[in-house]
Amino acid sequence: MTAIGMSTKNLSVYYSDKQAVKDVSLDFQAKQVTALIGPSGCGKSTFLRSLNRMNDLIPDCKITGEIWIRDRNINSPDTDVVSLRQRIGMVWQRPNPFHKSIYENIAFGPRYHGTKNKKQLDEIVEQSLRKAALWEETKDRLHNSALALSGGQQQRLCIARSIAVKPDIILMDEPASALDPVSTSKIEELIAELKRDFCIVIVTHNMHQAARVSDKTAFFLTGEVVEYDLTPNIFTNPQKQETNDYITGRFG
Amino acid sequence: MAQPLERQQAKPHLAEEWVGKVYTLLCIAFLILTIFSLVYFVASKGLSTFFVNGVNVIDLLTGLKWAPEGEPRLFGALPFIFGSFSTSLLAAAIAAPLGFCASVFMVEIAPKFGRQYLQPVIELLAGIPSVVYGFVGLSVIVPFFRDVFPGQGVGIAAGSVVLSIMILPTITTIATDALAALPKGLKEGSYALGATRWQTIYRIVLPTTLPALMTGIVLGIARAFGEALAVQMVIGNAPHIPRSLFESASTLTSAITLSMGNTAMGTVANNALWSLALILMLMTFVFVFIVRWLERRSKI
Amino acid sequence: MSAKTANKIATSVIVAVSGLIVLVLAGLLGYILVRGLGHLSFDFLTSAPETIRRGGGIGPQLFNSVFLLFLTMIITIPLGLGAGIYMSEYAPANKVTNGIRLIVEVLSSVPSIIVGLFGLLVLVNLFGFGFSLFAGALALTVFNLPLMVRITEQGLRSVPREQKEASLALGLSKWKTITSVMLPISMPVILTGTILAAGRVFGEAAALLFTAGMSSPRLDFTDWNPFSPFSPLNPFRPAETLAVHIWKINSEGLAPDAKEIAAGASAVLVITVLAFNFSARWLGRYLYRKFTAIK
Repeated sequence: MTAIGMSTKNLSVYYSDKQAVKDVSLDFQAKQVTALIGPSGCGKSTFLRSLNRMNDLIPDCKITGEIWIRDRNINSPDTDVVSLRQRIGMVWQRPNPFHKSIYENIAFGPRYHGTKNKKQLDEIVEQSLRKAALWEETKDRLHNSALALSGGQQQRLCIARSIAVKPDIILMDEPASALDPVSTSKIEELIAELKRDFCIVIVTHNMHQAARVSDKTAFFLTGEVVEYDLTPNIFTNPQKQETNDYITGRFG
Repeated sequence: MAQPLERQQAKPHLAEEWVGKVYTLLCIAFLILTIFSLVYFVASKGLSTFFVNGVNVIDLLTGLKWAPEGEPRLFGALPFIFGSFSTSLLAAAIAAPLGFCASVFMVEIAPKFGRQYLQPVIELLAGIPSVVYGFVGLSVIVPFFRDVFPGQGVGIAAGSVVLSIMILPTITTIATDALAALPKGLKEGSYALGATRWQTIYRIVLPTTLPALMTGIVLGIARAFGEALAVQMVIGNAPHIPRSLFESASTLTSAITLSMGNTAMGTVANNALWSLALILMLMTFVFVFIVRWLERRSKI
Repeated sequence: MSAKTANKIATSVIVAVSGLIVLVLAGLLGYILVRGLGHLSFDFLTSAPETIRRGGGIGPQLFNSVFLLFLTMIITIPLGLGAGIYMSEYAPANKVTNGIRLIVEVLSSVPSIIVGLFGLLVLVNLFGFGFSLFAGALALTVFNLPLMVRITEQGLRSVPREQKEASLALGLSKWKTITSVMLPISMPVILTGTILAAGRVFGEAAALLFTAGMSSPRLDFTDWNPFSPFSPLNPFRPAETLAVHIWKINSEGLAPDAKEIAAGASAVLVITVLAFNFSARWLGRYLYRKFTAIK
């Protein structure tokens, strides 16, 4: 299976007249984790949300530039956004499982996309939960409400839900910042596992997390990418002064 | 299994989206069609009194005698207009202070107790149907007024009292929301200066929430203005301007309720009643306009 | 007068007034229940009214009220849901939408007597439905629709944004997101509001005087054929409801026990509306606990 990567070219995002993301050109390799770091309000989340056209939901939001998946620019009016979103999964900062059972949360997407056979769905649910390291904890209570799980478990459920529809890319917006340290490290282990199959882009304000988890890191500042390099380089030998200031804690 | 990003796999959900859009749009279209046809039909019937039957508008609005089937035909609707305004305004004058007290009680004085006991009482008062209010008004208030005050017991006083209880929930709910929405810091600043609760209320809370309270009062007046059956049962229905609060009177709604069934469609007497309905409808627009204007002012 | 004294007086006045309001409600309910409950009997609830003799009942009227409520709700609920979904999820933020909001606001302020007159003109006369359950149901729909739209909108807006986004991010269509994720979450709010709206519809009379009519034909309760003129299920027959009946007895009641019948009918009406209110609140609390206590 050819792994899919993603890239952007001159991507800009405007909220009414304010420009939140300025001319960003990045590429994300398949089977790798790319971290986006930067102080609050620097546009990294806005950028992330543009990748699966989630910003379309916000009125007055305009996105210019190109977003390439394989050989298609998906930031064009004739892109079928609904199908696109099946290819790209998303995990939010605060876990947001559906108000349904654990089983339903995971089966919901695949069932909609055409898998009606119960045995196949059972398999998908088990596989996804295993991949998210949640199977052992939930296999005996699949039909209980997802809301009964702890915060860390819910977030893993959300990850399982997103991989159940077999995306190529997973976007994560500060997936562990609302969790306790134990759950956080579980999520980080999970990301290390998942990158074997998916292209992952993760926004994080926790630099140590970025250093632990990612292969490449992009540093955002007021909407622009100041530096983009292999993670070890960014953190031990940054080329730009602003990058250095940020990672040494001079601001942020 | 990697799949292409083309349209071909998009078909199932495209049909679904189309269903959603068409269904919801049709529902909204029905709503829009309804209001426009309502206004059109009531207006065309109401205006036919002037354009088809040749009645003079000014005569209708200012004339004191209503006798559309009498000899000579008279179309003075002033008694009804007077009755509608006086009962509504009087009802609001009674209900506003009562509602204000209730909301202050619920927000400032005993919030937990108030929410638990007074709030359901207000909601129940709102839920009682208007015919029941009319029935109790007719059976309790009218005889009481007849015994205590000179006159028949029916009239503007009885109408106003009944209406005041009916619009109390409206005013109270809006006042409560307005008081609860006040930032705590405002009141705490006043208390910190040593003001008593009452001083804080009438110096700070009342002026700040005044636009919202006015909105509640206007909505209450509008509701009272449009109430038909409860008023008709206790007002007496004499088509004159009464000389006292306890003499039989009429309102726009009571006149329509009383006579619509007794006049034939198409006759001038019937058309005249539609003109009363038109006045009622126009007043509704006026009330909506006033409320919107008040809301805009309170946003400053 | 010192500020402290003024405060004490003001507080006592406010508490007294609040107590007065509770007393008014108690008096109101007490009067109706005391005068009316005694008159209630199975006979009263099922037999037909008498015009001049004593001993009439409210059977057909009660049935009409219930049946009319049912007809009204099956029309209003889909319409109200659809319009509410449009306003909450599809309507763009522009002047046209503001115009629609104004229309909904105006429609909700129109007095119900005018809705009834409109029904008389268009449904009873123009479309020729005559005084009928059908005309009454459509008139009550017009009356009830703005409230249903507002309830639906409120319910949908209370859904957290992340739920909606999670569904869309999985590649689900907007419509599927609305029906399978958003509506279930907003169901407690919508359901509670709908039950309260039903209570309002049940007690409404002014809109029905000239649409459902002020009389009810002799009904044969063994005839369930909706096309037969004497069947209670026939929607094209006149159908005086309980609320209208109360009004009618009070204005032209010729039977010697008119006042008792009115009291009894009022008691039934009030008890039903109270039942609607209580079940709405209870249901709201129960569903809220069910949703949040899972954590």
